[in-house]
Amino acid sequence: MTLRPEHALHTRRRGRNVGVGLLLGGFVVLVLALTVAKVTSGDFELPKAEELSQ
Amino acid sequence: MADASYTHTPQEYDTQLGDYFALLKPRVMSLVVFTAFVGLLAAPVAVNPIVAFCAILFIAVGAGASGALNMWWDADIDGVMRRTAKRPIPSGRVPAGEALALGIALSGLSVMMLGLAANLLAAALLAFTIFFYAVIYSMWLKRSTPQNIVIGGAAGAFPPVIGWVVATGSFSIEAWLMFALIFMWTPPHFWALALFMKSDYNDADVPMLTVTHGRRATRLHILVYTILLVALAICTGFTAIGGPLYLAVAVVLNTLFLKGAIDIWRRDEAVAEADGYTVEKKVFRLSLWYLFAHFGAILLEALLRPVGLGGW
Repeated sequence: MTLRPEHALHTRRRGRNVGVGLLLGGFVVLVLALTVAKVTSGDFELPKAEELSQ
Repeated sequence: MADASYTHTPQEYDTQLGDYFALLKPRVMSLVVFTAFVGLLAAPVAVNPIVAFCAILFIAVGAGASGALNMWWDADIDGVMRRTAKRPIPSGRVPAGEALALGIALSGLSVMMLGLAANLLAAALLAFTIFFYAVIYSMWLKRSTPQNIVIGGAAGAFPPVIGWVVATGSFSIEAWLMFALIFMWTPPHFWALALFMKSDYNDADVPMLTVTHGRRATRLHILVYTILLVALAICTGFTAIGGPLYLAVAVVLNTLFLKGAIDIWRRDEAVAEADGYTVEKKVFRLSLWYLFAHFGAILLEALLRPVGLGGW
């Protein structure tokens, strides 16, 4: 597959694509922060070994 | 040359991110964020700030999703009404199918994430709110009954209850009082708007009270709902979410709002038309401040409570 010059469509949609990328990145960070907040809260308990094996 | 024809089609427009954002009704979303935030902070249970931030965000996304579904369904009448003709779908900036897809995807995402961030009851309530706004209000009531605004107002009244449930995991009378405040506020707010946006609802054939029962009946309805709202808003001042500050704000604003409703009721169409619906527009603007100030006062009472100043 050969490299082709960038299509005008890519240029026109750059703002939208960058925006979607930032939103997805932000969502990943949000889920990470939420996970950290949940597992470091006082009432978080890991499931017991016998519960996992059932 | 298929690419060239694609690039040069005159009507071609690349939907921008801002167009998708406009589908989510950002102004409604800002009200949802504020009231849900107040509901969450007014609750007597502290919430981890990150969990609280995520919960409010997903409630806002859920509200936005229902807005997108509403715009998809109402695109035909939005195009007819002056106030809504520039919305993304009737103006051709977003294809209707994309709005539907965005609405469904964000609905699922917001409910799922709220369930993970907070609790299942909050998630179920958000799912019900989206269903209520998109299906019960938009698809059913809006075009079939002049009570559309009254019953549909419930959809906008749920966010503080969801915020409260995020914190406590259960319902309580205080949460339903906040619900009732928005529920009772919605009809006079929208009917004041309908009085001065007179041709819009006629053109779109939406059975607003002004169209089905006339403008005299609408003025009377505004007054009756305002009297009920005033009683509710003042009584809320004596409950666990109220306090001296809330009561002071409520007394001032309810006096002004009641005066405005009486003024609207006493006017006839000829006088209103002659002065360009000045009073109706003034009451509509006041109604925006009214809701903001009441929830702001509930928030302040909640913030002052830990230092021994809020509440009774």
